[in-house]
Amino acid sequence: MLTYVLRRILLALPVLVGVSALSFSLLHFVPGDPVDIMLGDQASAADKTLLRKELGLDRPFTTQMAGFFTGLVQLDLGKSLGSRRPVAEEIAERIPATFELTFVAMIIALSVGIPLGVLAAVFRGTIVERGAMLFGLIGMSTPGFWLGPMLILFFAIKLDWLPVSERGGFEHAILPALTLSLGLAAILTQVTRASMLEVVREDFINVARAKGAGPTRLWFKHALSNAMMPIITIIGLQFGALLTGTVIVETIFDWPGVGTLLFQSIQQRNYPLVQGCVLFIAFTYVAVNLITDLAYAAANPKVRLS
Amino acid sequence: MKKRRRVSGKFYFGLTLILSMAFLGIFASAISSYSPTAMDLASRYEAPSMSHLFGLDQNGTDVFAQVAYGARISLRVAFTVVFISALIGLFVGSLAGYVGGWVDQITMRFLDMFYAFPGFLLALSLVAVLGPSISNLIFAMCVTGWTGYARLVRGEILHLKQREYVVGAQALGANPIRLIVRHIWPNLLGILVVQMTFGMSGTIITESGLSFLGLGAPPTVPTWGSLLNSGRRILTEAPHVSLFPGLAILILVLGFNLVGDSLRDWLNPRKT
Repeated sequence: MLTYVLRRILLALPVLVGVSALSFSLLHFVPGDPVDIMLGDQASAADKTLLRKELGLDRPFTTQMAGFFTGLVQLDLGKSLGSRRPVAEEIAERIPATFELTFVAMIIALSVGIPLGVLAAVFRGTIVERGAMLFGLIGMSTPGFWLGPMLILFFAIKLDWLPVSERGGFEHAILPALTLSLGLAAILTQVTRASMLEVVREDFINVARAKGAGPTRLWFKHALSNAMMPIITIIGLQFGALLTGTVIVETIFDWPGVGTLLFQSIQQRNYPLVQGCVLFIAFTYVAVNLITDLAYAAANPKVRLS
Repeated sequence: MKKRRRVSGKFYFGLTLILSMAFLGIFASAISSYSPTAMDLASRYEAPSMSHLFGLDQNGTDVFAQVAYGARISLRVAFTVVFISALIGLFVGSLAGYVGGWVDQITMRFLDMFYAFPGFLLALSLVAVLGPSISNLIFAMCVTGWTGYARLVRGEILHLKQREYVVGAQALGANPIRLIVRHIWPNLLGILVVQMTFGMSGTIITESGLSFLGLGAPPTVPTWGSLLNSGRRILTEAPHVSLFPGLAILILVLGFNLVGDSLRDWLNPRKT
């Protein structure tokens, strides 16, 4: 297991370097002079030279890149343009809000998607399965930037049951987390159903049934635990969609997380902060996938031995 | 298990949804008697009625006209992105899979890097620095989109090139390009079309999402995303401005998902 863990971590390193290089190059995609765009037309030549120097744009490309990576290792992502504060600090402040939102959304998606998928497999060919499949299809096709405003319209404006926006007690997290979770819940329903149907064909299910296992024990203990592998993989892969979904969902609900920070910094053309947010989201995604792979290997000896 | 090799009703239902949206987009100017940009501030926020089916927005612009023109833009952008991405993916994937060796290694490491970057995030950052325009939007979505196709094609080619008929053709001295084009590509066309169908739904959602954030098409172009963006600010006064473009996205995306699903089942009947 230890060799597998080490090998998997080593494999993640070049990916992190690649992801960082991609975020670094972003600034160089800006058409024209990024300094002109960031400071606007009214800026003095002295200010421009100063910013150019601070961003290292006056140095050769390779030196810039080396500087970026040296800073990255020390968690130094440069300074935010408006506030003059370190980018890493501004992002760090927003992390708890984003994690709270993704955590609640993940819990909702898991507690809706998996049971619904199991039910669809158990009641194969009945209205239950059709309903679950319909939920899966509609859920996958509903964009969050529409669902969010619709939920606000019904639950906050018409019914006045829940607060519209901003972070606060648990009731503040319900609508944004619901919006964020629908897509994942829908995919989990479909994957769980498919995986369960695959597993129930196996011989050990017949053995368990022959040995007198009751339906609950049969489906949840024997079938679901063996059907978990593809489900875990999908959760890891879809976590990226969940994280990037926060940009839209946080913007809709005025949620003070990394997503709104990214959106605001894009609007203010605060490129160092844009780079930092992009890097943070991408790194979190890589880390989550690493953890998923390790969990996968811990649960399945076949993976770590191959 | 019962064998079935015909497409299901699901397919036709999905196709109907897509075609109705395509019809709306293509004949937008004939169907809607209003312009998608004309303003009439006196009757702004007006609720849906017989003369304005989907009501009016904050500028007094007809929402139905905007939804219809939005269908045109969404479909045009999605087709362009999916077609270009699939084409690039087909070539790169074929090269990596067929040649193998270090070409394959380098391509795969490159693809891994993209894979680690959530697609929406990369597209978002690209349009953020490039500036809002339709061509930048298409470019950003192609940059992130082709890798999925390349991965798929490479995997299929690795599998197909071991088949007897390919090995046989190779032994007979077939030109590799002819072999790929004539014998391998036709066999991966089905799976590629399925992926492209799902690609359509993904692209439509990404495009609308970016426009919703104000990063897609410029504000003067009526898109579903920008309509939803202005709609969410006036939810209390004019909920219809948010309701209809969202429904349009849902219908079109659902259509592509249904068609994709049933094509996949049709190609691979064992899996259902």
